[in-house]
Amino acid sequence: MATTSTGAIEKTKSVEVKKKLNVLIVDDDTLTRKLHESIIKAIGGISQTAKNGEEAVNIHQNGNASFDLILMDKEMPEMDGLSATKKLREMKVTSMIIGVTSLADNEVERKAFMEAGLNHCLAKPLNKDKILPLINSLMDA
Amino acid sequence: MNTVVAQLQRQFQDYLVSLYQQGFLDNQFTELRKLQDEGTPDFVAEVVSLFFDDCSKLINTMSRSLERPENVDFKQVDSGVHQLKGSSSSVGARRVKNVCISFKECCDVQNREGCLRCLQQVDYEYKMLKTKLQDLFNLEQRILQAGGMIPQVNIS
Repeated sequence: MATTSTGAIEKTKSVEVKKKLNVLIVDDDTLTRKLHESIIKAIGGISQTAKNGEEAVNIHQNGNASFDLILMDKEMPEMDGLSATKKLREMKVTSMIIGVTSLADNEVERKAFMEAGLNHCLAKPLNKDKILPLINSLMDA
Repeated sequence: MNTVVAQLQRQFQDYLVSLYQQGFLDNQFTELRKLQDEGTPDFVAEVVSLFFDDCSKLINTMSRSLERPENVDFKQVDSGVHQLKGSSSSVGARRVKNVCISFKECCDVQNREGCLRCLQQVDYEYKMLKTKLQDLFNLEQRILQAGGMIPQVNIS
């Protein structure tokens, strides 16, 4: 059953994060980066992107990077998400890191990714409803 | 003018609903539409355009990998299927995603014939979806040109 709002584009009441987040989106796929950028903007955050784990680590090398949240894809060339997460934690990066996995990943793979230093793991595809409650609960914790 | 707009909006709504009912789209497409606003009026079109570019490139790559029966690179095919499944899932391209599931199973058992059938099917499905979405975007343009607004259609 479909319902319609005609006239002005219905503006869904904006539900945003409790604080303006600065987010690093790490994914080798252009479409996914674009989607995640838009989701972060929709929940009131700002974002920067990296095409793989190596870029994400390089962004943090000079010590000036300061992200509230890193969305880390798992499968990437150059340096995958697991390796990048381990490296960032070794560098004492304290940002929240949410791993983004494929549904094809099994429990062993997800566990290994978590143990690399994630705060949480989510399966693709991401959307606002999936990510917003998680971010707010991680910020509350 | 208002009658024309109302008719076009109705046509748009019915067409969009039919795309869900026929399995072309799933809820993720609804989520994409929610991200589109006055500041990003072409967001959905841009994202699906990236998806269709991905489809074309990946299908070509996989086709080359499957070309010679004596030398199939199933690892490369599997990688292509994985990427295609991910991007189809991200835009809500349900039929394409479902074909990718079967495609992956054929890769896993190194079934070249099965892979070729799936490749053909995924090519068909993405081109079909491309045509359908182009029709949808054309309807959107006609609504806007007639002075109307694009309806926010909630599918439940």
